[in-house]
Amino acid sequence: MSELLKISGLHASIDADGTPKEILRGVDLVIPPGEVHAIMGPNGCGKSTLSYVLAGREDYEVTAGSALFKGEDLLAMEPEERAAAGIFLAFQSPVELPGVNNANFLRTAVNAVRRARNAPELDAVGFLKAVRAATKNLSMADDMLKRNVNVGFSGGEKKRNEVLQMTMLQPTLAILDETDSGLDVDALRIVAEGVQNLRSPDFSALVITHHQKLLDYLGPDRVHVMAKGRIIRSGGPELAKQINEEGYAAFLKEAA
Amino acid sequence: MPAVTETREQVEKLGKSSYEWGFETDIEMDVAPKGLNEDIIRLISTRKEEPEWMLEWRLAAYRSWLKMKEPTWAKVTHPPIDYQDVHYYAAPKKKDGPKSLEEVDPELLRTYEKLGIPLHEQAMLAGVEVPEGEEARLPVAVDAVFDSVSVATTFRKTLSEAGVIFCPISEAIRDYPDLVKQYIGSVVPVADNFYAALNSAVFTDGSFVFVPKGVRCPMELSTYFRINAKNTGQFERTLIVVEDGASVSYLEGCTAPMRDENQLHAAVVELVAMEDSSIKYSTVQNWYPGDENGRGGIYNFVTKRGACRGARAKISWTQVETGSAITWKYPSCILQGEESVGEFYSVAVTNNHQQADTGTKMIHLGRNSRSTIIAKTISAGKSDSTYRGQVKIMPKASGARNFTQCDSLLIGDQCGAHTVPYIESRNMTARVEHEATTSKISEDQMFYCRQRGLSQEDAVGLIVNGFCKEVLKELPMEFAVEAQKLLQISLEGSVG
Repeated sequence: MSELLKISGLHASIDADGTPKEILRGVDLVIPPGEVHAIMGPNGCGKSTLSYVLAGREDYEVTAGSALFKGEDLLAMEPEERAAAGIFLAFQSPVELPGVNNANFLRTAVNAVRRARNAPELDAVGFLKAVRAATKNLSMADDMLKRNVNVGFSGGEKKRNEVLQMTMLQPTLAILDETDSGLDVDALRIVAEGVQNLRSPDFSALVITHHQKLLDYLGPDRVHVMAKGRIIRSGGPELAKQINEEGYAAFLKEAA
Repeated sequence: MPAVTETREQVEKLGKSSYEWGFETDIEMDVAPKGLNEDIIRLISTRKEEPEWMLEWRLAAYRSWLKMKEPTWAKVTHPPIDYQDVHYYAAPKKKDGPKSLEEVDPELLRTYEKLGIPLHEQAMLAGVEVPEGEEARLPVAVDAVFDSVSVATTFRKTLSEAGVIFCPISEAIRDYPDLVKQYIGSVVPVADNFYAALNSAVFTDGSFVFVPKGVRCPMELSTYFRINAKNTGQFERTLIVVEDGASVSYLEGCTAPMRDENQLHAAVVELVAMEDSSIKYSTVQNWYPGDENGRGGIYNFVTKRGACRGARAKISWTQVETGSAITWKYPSCILQGEESVGEFYSVAVTNNHQQADTGTKMIHLGRNSRSTIIAKTISAGKSDSTYRGQVKIMPKASGARNFTQCDSLLIGDQCGAHTVPYIESRNMTARVEHEATTSKISEDQMFYCRQRGLSQEDAVGLIVNGFCKEVLKELPMEFAVEAQKLLQISLEGSVG
């Protein structure tokens, strides 16, 4: 299969005080298996909306277009079905779950996804082994597993926790929504390595970012520029460099 | 036929008046007619082979009750209850029970399945009539976890070796009349409130526990094990007395929803803790809450109170309330002893049209007495839930301390949560703290969980269990696991 994800003419809007506001205006995008693609673009261009729509957030209404994931109609699936199918969204602002133990949350999620994928569930010991290995790779303190999900986590800890979840849930397509924002150099490197460790012919990533730095680590196969709800330019990694040096202005003029 | 013979003998013993109400002996061998009067109370007392003083006590309660009115201060509404339209002496589970599981509400069976209850126990819990001769196989009504008579007997032996008395209260009235007489009504007086007075007049069953000086009860006592637990009935009476330096942990209830024809329940629980003793009382209540439109369901009016009579005595109430159409319940502590401790940990869940008005009272009389209240309220559907708590520091309670935390969690936008604290301090040195929060399960939280592969129901379960964690950890281990599942099941269909 040459297409893991195929988005065609995708339009989506959000309800703004009773009137629909269109944010995605005909997105076309293809991600083949095993590739890392980056999306860059100015604030408000629809990058995060695209990630939410792909993950199934209900606030957005898809008004036209389609999204096929492994040949299936992604937009017809519930969010948890998409997760089971292999879509993982690393949140820009990970959500706090007071009172919910991080390890327990992770194990519940891992086993829910494994069940849906007809894989045997992990028992307590098996889970602990896997999660310990993962936290070590991400240089996470052990006590992060004992704390409540994202509660009182620093920005860096939250992002690392997202990468931990991604590692454990073994997605085929990870969408990273500005996972690098607010990270210091060391944290950025650790997060990037976390993603690199997953690289395989069965793992693709859609990386939304403003910064060249993360892409330097990841070495994306393709870079897309998004503006006003559409992909206006696609190219190789050199595109990211160009944006880094010249900004978006040239692209926006071109699109207008 | 012995039951009929016995019944006739009883009736004859009662003399002339008894013929007026007679018995519906044709099929339901042991059912008194509906209504409440002194003759009915005499009948109950006679059937229970009670001593004269007990009858007098009941009659005194009844006469007080006649002069009392239902309390109206709670935030619950229900149609008027006709107290003359109730059987006060009956074994209603045997009456009109479903003949087989096919006749049982499939919703109920689905819940049993989710709780992992085996089929024959499902039948028991649903009140399916058991063909004659098979009853021996199904010994204890709520014996859903542990098997049976042999276990119960072994436990009884261990308990009696330790000197602990644990038996049905009717048995205790006959076998340990002095103990019962000394303590019954000493914490909840017969005329304490409308429902307590009613209970005092007509109670037919319940538990009695006595732990003598210096004895730590060797096991957790549970209504699961109690012989005769089958007829818990609608007017349960429980009395637990723990002497100096002794301790006990008591579990009440069952996570499986109980089918019951009785709509009105009015139980009384009294706890007495002497010097350096401790009582831990845990409840999981899951009576039938009515259907999703609010029809049917149990009215549960309960008076629970404990007295810390000696220095350093401790009483701890933990409750998980998910059932009943109406819950009216305030497990309380009277902290008389110096440095005595009262605790109240509560989770109350309401869904659909359920109403719960529950909380606690901490009455501080002793110096340096301490109390802690952690109340978690979860409302979903069109339900209404109220925490009502009183903290009262009396003049002599120097150095008394209380900490109260009330948290409400709302699911959906049609439910209500209310917190009504009453705080009264008459001692300058006392310290009382009250914290309260209200929150909702946010869409962000739901989406986050679902993106990680959790179903909506699992997500709600996880968040709700997290919200209740401080209370659930107070429950004995095996209860806690079941309670977690129960919370999730109770809130099914409340999201999405």
